[in-house]
Amino acid sequence: MAKFMLQRFIGMMVTMLFVSILVFIIMELPPGDYADRYVFRKYAGSGMQITESDLRNIRHELGLDKPAYVRYSKWIYGIVTRFDFGPSFAFETSANVVIGQRIWLTMAILFSTLILTYTISIPIGIYAAVRRHSIVDYSLTVFSYLGLALPNFLLALIMLYISVNVFGASVGGLFSPEFEEASWSFAKFVDLLKHLIVPAVVLAWSATALQLQTIRATMLDELNKLSVTAARARGVSEWKLLLKYPARLALNPVAGSIGFDINRIFSELPIIALVLGLPELGELLIRSFIDLDMFVAGAILLMLTFLVVVLNFVSDILLAILDPRIKLQGG
Amino acid sequence: METAENYLVKGDPLLEIKDLKVSFKTDEGIIPAVDGVNISLKRGHTLGLVGESGSGKSVSTWAVLQLLPKSAIIHKGSSIKFHCKDGESVELTDFKSKSREIRNIRGGEISLIFQEPMSSFSPVYTVGNQIMEAVRAHRDVSKEEAEGIAIDMLSRVGIPNPKRRFKQYPFELSGGMRQRAMISVALSSNPSLLIADEPTTALDVTIQAQVLNLMKELQEELGMAIIFITHNLGVIAQIADEIAVMYLGGIVEQGTRHDIFHNPKHPYTMNLLRAIPRLGKTDGGRLVAIEGQIPSPMERPSGCCFHTRCSEYMPDRCNVNIPQITQISPEHTVRCFLYES
Amino acid sequence: MSASSISTENMSTSAVTAKESEEALRYYSATQWQLIWWRFRHHKAALFAGTVLVVMGLCGLFASFLSPYSAVNRDKNYLLGPPQMIQFWDQKGFSLRPFTHGVTTKRNPTTLRREAKVDPDVRRYIEFFAHGDSYRFLGLFKTDIHLFGVEEGYLHLFGTDDLGRDLFSRTLFGTGTSMSIGIIGVVIAFILALFIGGVAGYAGGWIDYTIQRFTEIIRVIPVIPLYMGLAAAFPKEWTTMQVYFAMTLILGLVGWPTLARRIRGQILSLRDEDYVVAARVAGAGAPRIIGRHLLPAFTSYIIVDLVISFPYMVLSETALSFIGLGLRPPAVSWGVLLQAAQSIRTIQHAPWLFIPAIFVVVAVLAFTVLGDGVRDAADPYSVSEG
Repeated sequence: MAKFMLQRFIGMMVTMLFVSILVFIIMELPPGDYADRYVFRKYAGSGMQITESDLRNIRHELGLDKPAYVRYSKWIYGIVTRFDFGPSFAFETSANVVIGQRIWLTMAILFSTLILTYTISIPIGIYAAVRRHSIVDYSLTVFSYLGLALPNFLLALIMLYISVNVFGASVGGLFSPEFEEASWSFAKFVDLLKHLIVPAVVLAWSATALQLQTIRATMLDELNKLSVTAARARGVSEWKLLLKYPARLALNPVAGSIGFDINRIFSELPIIALVLGLPELGELLIRSFIDLDMFVAGAILLMLTFLVVVLNFVSDILLAILDPRIKLQGG
Repeated sequence: METAENYLVKGDPLLEIKDLKVSFKTDEGIIPAVDGVNISLKRGHTLGLVGESGSGKSVSTWAVLQLLPKSAIIHKGSSIKFHCKDGESVELTDFKSKSREIRNIRGGEISLIFQEPMSSFSPVYTVGNQIMEAVRAHRDVSKEEAEGIAIDMLSRVGIPNPKRRFKQYPFELSGGMRQRAMISVALSSNPSLLIADEPTTALDVTIQAQVLNLMKELQEELGMAIIFITHNLGVIAQIADEIAVMYLGGIVEQGTRHDIFHNPKHPYTMNLLRAIPRLGKTDGGRLVAIEGQIPSPMERPSGCCFHTRCSEYMPDRCNVNIPQITQISPEHTVRCFLYES
Repeated sequence: MSASSISTENMSTSAVTAKESEEALRYYSATQWQLIWWRFRHHKAALFAGTVLVVMGLCGLFASFLSPYSAVNRDKNYLLGPPQMIQFWDQKGFSLRPFTHGVTTKRNPTTLRREAKVDPDVRRYIEFFAHGDSYRFLGLFKTDIHLFGVEEGYLHLFGTDDLGRDLFSRTLFGTGTSMSIGIIGVVIAFILALFIGGVAGYAGGWIDYTIQRFTEIIRVIPVIPLYMGLAAAFPKEWTTMQVYFAMTLILGLVGWPTLARRIRGQILSLRDEDYVVAARVAGAGAPRIIGRHLLPAFTSYIIVDLVISFPYMVLSETALSFIGLGLRPPAVSWGVLLQAAQSIRTIQHAPWLFIPAIFVVVAVLAFTVLGDGVRDAADPYSVSEG
């Protein structure tokens, strides 16, 4: 098991290395460079004359005149050693300051979504497979179709509409105005939970739809396995049997797809955040891409992917614990 | 583990199946799988059930334990009577497939082992876990006691180093070991009937012989009866006291091992025997394959089911009427017009 | 033994029985594609979904003819106006010719904003093959004939946006753009996947390993943020056309890994089949083996995957344009149209701006149902479970 974990850990680091290169390439893609944008933003319309040599000075100061690999090394070195993601011109401060608390709010949204997804999809998926062709089973199919077809921003707007008009909650955001600036307290935490419901439901919707399908299909597969009949032939009671054999095995694909789910959630998060006005990373990512504030965008892209990779690692370990075949055969 | 109780005498009736009829509901309609099977088995005896795949061997025995899928219908009028260890006799068709009563029978009175030892174990639990599960399903014992019984069972079925095997996963065992482990699961609650559904088919020939010997030894030791299902007459010859030959859901010939091997009556039985390769057979004769294929259960031939492939086919008789059971001797019966007076 | 295994046996053995029905003969001599089609035909929902998609595609293709106005024609008297109904009946009685009521615009004395009011006294009759904005029909010839219009004033079936542009027309144009982006994106993804997956699966060894790892790395990055990063790189001065093609390109570039995985897996499993080895021994080259011997064996699976990946492309385009990183005005797509519907205030004041969303939902739903139907049909010898 230790060897297995070490293997996966090294794999994770290698992946992160390549991801960082890819992210750096994306940061470099837009036309112009940091100096151009900085100058344009700061002095455009101010009537000040900026000469080529001024630009060159700024470039030199920031090391932008160096070749790409040097810039990459400097960037990644700053992140790894000082946790410094570089400057943000749009906010005229460092990317770290801009990101600040947003990362924790992003994680709060992520985990509440995951918890919601699994607490709904696992029991219902199992139930639907056992009671095949029942009402639950059929409504599940309809729900899955809807879950995949409704664009998530539309769902977000609908949910927002309902929560505003039916429950009278404040519109969007993660905190009510009175808690916005308050320090952390239990009341603030409860307020946060209330505001997390809408984004979590919206994000969990399609993830749940997919998971339900997978769990149901695995269950149906496992229910027909000879090992289940064999256990039945031993005189094991039906419910004990279901939980011990097919249900347990139906958890494997769930554990295996945690990384995929997170990827999906992060994929949808920016748009949802934009619609719901959530002050978290995805929403900032959109803004920084539109402003071409690439150090901030790069930092966020890297953070989101890092979370996916780490949770992928966790999912690998979880799967190895759930399924002895994996660690013993060296997966 | 105690052996059979005193009042359970070898040779007493154990299982009586009367006129068992099973069909399956499918998209294509209702397909009969077993059509009027009669079997009676005595305590401690071994019955061999022979036939090609699709002849209804497995379906009839799965029906005994109510293990058939939901799409299966056991027809009214079918009777499966079983005499329990406590001397009571029960009608198994009366029990629902999820009832407490049938669960007590399963594993406790009648055990089942399958062709594929690999897939009859779940890969995510240890062998020991699955034996203990069988033990604790029928006996009120603690975990530690169950573990002791399980390890004892493993050593009884000839698995070396049972304590280590107990903690291993099924895929870490060889095929032969897995089947031994499966037998130990089946026998862990001392059943009086073991149904072995092609238990040696997936094994190498040498391992096959070992497993067969093991089953015979355990039968002598524990005194259980065995229904041995196979399509291999060679295997049957080594183990069965009585043999029933099945074709397309019905028994065509039934008798003692001696009757079937030395005095076969039904053309199908004769064909089957001719298809066995024999060591030291010197007449240079070729192995004879049975012509044609087993017809689809959906398009059952009229009259005698075997008439489409029979070498003794009598037009206007075999394809019109269904032959009745004819007694050759008190223990030897056959369904064929050749012997109907 | 289960019910389904019995019926499978039955299928294969009934071929040999003497009296074979005409239908069975047809079944066994049919080509793979015939079998797929026969099975597909029984899938009523998928057939319906396919029809819906064809109709939508045609609407997009002939948008300039079907829509009464061009995408930029502004009705300055009817800003953010609600949909107008086509009527046969009003207080003046029944009319065989369909009509709509006229609109008068007055300045609201308190808010000083121009407000449109339906005038039930004015009937505007609908004309077919009416003259309107001129356009090039399929890029072939210039014409100004539209399927329908009204004699004077405007007809807005889906209402108008804040600039007074006809939402019905714009939705049709958007349908064309969004669906074509999806289709081209899928095609690009497919070509890439075919090449990369084919090489990985056929070559095996370290090439396969490298490609696999690379694919994994791409798959780790959340898809929409990755799209956003690539779309952010579009120069601001690019024309609509350039952005359009760049969009299809990045959709394809990010979309290939799933397809490539399938192709690689299939090729890997078939690579060592006897008939492939035989072809290799006979001296066939890799492209020929892949093209002639391997691909046909799983074309149906590829088609299923293509159909299934389509909705993702459409949703991605919609999402990107929605947040302002994809297509930008004056281009018209579902995402661009929905940009106007970003806030909750829109739902309350101008819910008709959401009509394009219905098109998105219907298209994605139809593709999902179609994908299911094709998947069921693609395995012609499978016996449906009981």
